[in-house]
Amino acid sequence: MPGSGVGQAGRAGGGWREGREDHTVECGDDKGGEMKRTGAQIVWEMLSREGVEVVFGIPGGAIMHTYHPRQDYGVHHVLMRHEQAAAHAADGYARVSGNVGVAMATSGPGATNLVTGIATAMIDSVPMVCITGQVPTPLIGSDAFQETDITGVTLPITKHNYLVTDVDELAEVIHEAFYVAGTGRPGPVLIDLPKDVQQAETDFSPPDDRRELPGYRPREAGDPELVQQAADLVNSAERPVILAGHGVEMSGATDMLRTFVEKTNTPVALTLLAKGGFPESHPLTLGMMGMHGEAYVNRAIQEADLLLAFGMRFDDRVTGTLETFAPDAKKVHVDMDPAELNKIVPVDIALEGDLRRVLEQMLPLVNRDERVAWRDQVDCWRGETAIRDVLNRPANGRLLAPQVIDAIYRGTGGQAILVTDVGQHQMWAAQYYPLDLPYSLVTSGGLGTMGFGLPAAIGAQVADPEREVWAVVGDGGFQMTLQELATAVQEKLPIRIAVCNNGYLGMVRQWQEFFYEQRYEATNLLNPDFVKLAEAYGVGGWRVTRPDEAEEAVAAARAHDGPALVEFQVAQEGEEGNVYPMVPAGAALHEMIRRPEVAAETV
Amino acid sequence: MDRTLVAWVEDKPGVLNRVASLFRRRAFNIESLTVGHTEKPGVSRMTIVVDGERTDTEKVAQNLYKLVNVIQVEDVTDHPAVHRDLALIKVKASNGQRSEVMQIVETFRARVVDLGLETLTIEVTGTEDKIDGLYEILQPFGVEEMVRTGRVAMVRGKNGKGPAAKAG
Repeated sequence: MPGSGVGQAGRAGGGWREGREDHTVECGDDKGGEMKRTGAQIVWEMLSREGVEVVFGIPGGAIMHTYHPRQDYGVHHVLMRHEQAAAHAADGYARVSGNVGVAMATSGPGATNLVTGIATAMIDSVPMVCITGQVPTPLIGSDAFQETDITGVTLPITKHNYLVTDVDELAEVIHEAFYVAGTGRPGPVLIDLPKDVQQAETDFSPPDDRRELPGYRPREAGDPELVQQAADLVNSAERPVILAGHGVEMSGATDMLRTFVEKTNTPVALTLLAKGGFPESHPLTLGMMGMHGEAYVNRAIQEADLLLAFGMRFDDRVTGTLETFAPDAKKVHVDMDPAELNKIVPVDIALEGDLRRVLEQMLPLVNRDERVAWRDQVDCWRGETAIRDVLNRPANGRLLAPQVIDAIYRGTGGQAILVTDVGQHQMWAAQYYPLDLPYSLVTSGGLGTMGFGLPAAIGAQVADPEREVWAVVGDGGFQMTLQELATAVQEKLPIRIAVCNNGYLGMVRQWQEFFYEQRYEATNLLNPDFVKLAEAYGVGGWRVTRPDEAEEAVAAARAHDGPALVEFQVAQEGEEGNVYPMVPAGAALHEMIRRPEVAAETV
Repeated sequence: MDRTLVAWVEDKPGVLNRVASLFRRRAFNIESLTVGHTEKPGVSRMTIVVDGERTDTEKVAQNLYKLVNVIQVEDVTDHPAVHRDLALIKVKASNGQRSEVMQIVETFRARVVDLGLETLTIEVTGTEDKIDGLYEILQPFGVEEMVRTGRVAMVRGKNGKGPAAKAG
């Protein structure tokens, strides 16, 4: 008999994003007493009690025993075509829903195929529980068929992992795994489940309470003394800039951040993963910072006298070379994970705590300040950018990727969930699809995982069937996981896919052009006919080669019943094929390669 | 300079592996690492010695805290503390040399724990310096084998009793 579960918490409150309290499991009708259950049944019983509605996975020899009773428990299963995609789908699901994503795979190759997806979730702090089958306990260590030491393999890329050898511990382990995955700095947790443990029967009673975890105490509020010092710095700053990271969304601090920003009139620079964490149409938004951030954003950071790093981790793609990073700025760093504090950039105030709580503490201590001079200065720098914008150039008949993103932006009114793969298109999507809604960007930031886009879009659409999901992918990354078109069709998920096809591994090509003597080594792609490919899978397909066709194709894809794919054949090379501006790796933030101005002046 | 960290961890399978893996992953250099039971059931205690020049102990501690099974970490380097290493040294000692070796053992307040026809096995406890000193003096006799436990440390007096004391 299926467990009734507690319903999906997430957005409604109580999930990892909202309450951050322990999940307290409410028992259904007859769940108080003990009853015989197999390990397999306990898995589903516990998943439904944790509020899990959907699992992404692929069955196989060592996990099929667990799959067997699934139908009795009302948890939906999405059958993926590759386990890597299952992990990415669970990741995309988690980022959009605010719930812990769940992926399932068999032992050996099934488990190792999850690895890229687990590493992707780890570095982007996405809460996920992966359940893998394992060979029976007596065979562990014997190199049995499809045996891999997956807890060993995933040790450095999970927040925590478990090998369950006793069915009596299974319920507690699952309960604990969800707690660990979703609290503190979220992350992936893996549970390895030997086949004999799945088969074993035990007297099941739902765990009343979580086991005590004496070593796991995520800090909520910040040290009041440090909060006061940080507020003092804000009050005395003339040129402050907020560096907002993924932590803004992860801690549910979007509203609190806005209140803070509007009170202190502090401009906000965003990391890639912070897009949507603060509305990009807001006059105080600077936009994305770092390697492909606009020049004025990086300039504001370089000239700031105070940086407030909120839930971000000073990735090298954000800071440029550290020697010259924001040389005049005092630095305050707020992060959930103390190991991030002073890791890359030495700061004046290192504040461990949940960002939302810390902002709550800081808000009454900061003064209302208009900061007119600083805002005017930033807006003046901002003004220079428009003339370089490729969208403001006269049309020459060639289709540019920024025009593609802009067409999608206009078509969707900026309301879509934007999923990207990794590469040039990802940066263009970040630059040309401003987001005002939180939890609307799904992209692999830290790991830069090509192949992420399509499966993550599947997870995103499952998480929110009502919202329009656009997966913007490149021709290179798309071909790493394109088999998931079949999953989208089988699940009737109306995701829209924009393939920005430039016939290259474009970002690598761009680096070759800039830094590798224009030797285009192993980056030219001979591609299939993407429209025919889409049609072969039962996906609606369109092809666009000219700028004036883009809008219509976007509209056609949006109107299509079911998954749709538009191939955009975009400019391949040279200035039109490159992402600008660009801070070369290892250069200072203000030393950017900008779009050549000669062309811009012809506007 | 060496720095000494004490970490209290849950006594569970794989915890040592997690800690060792973390040191490898973050490229922290360990001089020595010992682990054993404590006065509190379910809690093990690690003494970790790192090269303070190359490794920032604050970072080590913060990263150890990322492990769910790590309960508490303290850098005891700057506290008055007892540091001990234990070594077993098997040294060649035929009849003619035996008494000389025994004298050395006595001077170092070590003791002989095994006596063979050709060898003596010496147990010595103390700071690393003391053991290094004994080893150096025994070398001319011919050291056949040596094993050391690595440093364990305990803060003197009331400070630094770890989670067990705090829980009580």
